[in-house]
Amino acid sequence: MKIEILGTGCPKCKKLNELVGEAINELGASAEIIKVTDINKIIDYGVMVTPALVIDGNVKVAGKIPSKQEITDWIKEKK
Amino acid sequence: MDKCCCSTKSRLIYSCSRAANTGEMADQISRKLAKEGYGNMTCLASVGAHISGFVESAKGAEENIAIDGCPTTCATKILEHTGVTPTKSYVLTEMGVEKGKTPSTEEIVSKINDKIKKDLSFKVEQKNDAEGDKNSGCSCTC
Repeated sequence: MKIEILGTGCPKCKKLNELVGEAINELGASAEIIKVTDINKIIDYGVMVTPALVIDGNVKVAGKIPSKQEITDWIKEKK
Repeated sequence: MDKCCCSTKSRLIYSCSRAANTGEMADQISRKLAKEGYGNMTCLASVGAHISGFVESAKGAEENIAIDGCPTTCATKILEHTGVTPTKSYVLTEMGVEKGKTPSTEEIVSKINDKIKKDLSFKVEQKNDAEGDKNSGCSCTC
């Protein structure tokens, strides 16, 4: 599973990164986590507001921090 | 991009797709608003095509502005189909433009643009892409 965290390094992006890490650890899931900070790569996803979370190429959320439960559910769908 | 845009408000602008003179003007007004710092223009067709990044951006933006040319209000309806109610919707035929008649001149575009800017009341700092027509930019929502 490939998880991308899109954002320019702001506090919300860091918080999202933390929550993703916690969710993966709690599930014992195996995932490649990539931080994407290049604005052009972010826009290529059609993402206009950050932070955003992409799982296997599908943007799950943009412009807000999802709950850890939501992140957990999205990861479970892919497990 | 090494500078965080945390002080910005995320306002996305959607224009109808410009087959008629009304749509052409809606497009021109949207581009002008974006260039003048009143929001980031983004792609309505991609929202209609359910491209996840565009749909989630609409859902996550603080403001979504629809600029429609005529009473069919396609921009507004496409956003609504994704579960997003535009913060504001402007319909050019309700602002003095006649479909199939009013020419798309700089003077008319500027006049309507000024009315919308006055209504929006404030600019948002935006990150316009340097690549010409790609006048969009990502905003963080801190």
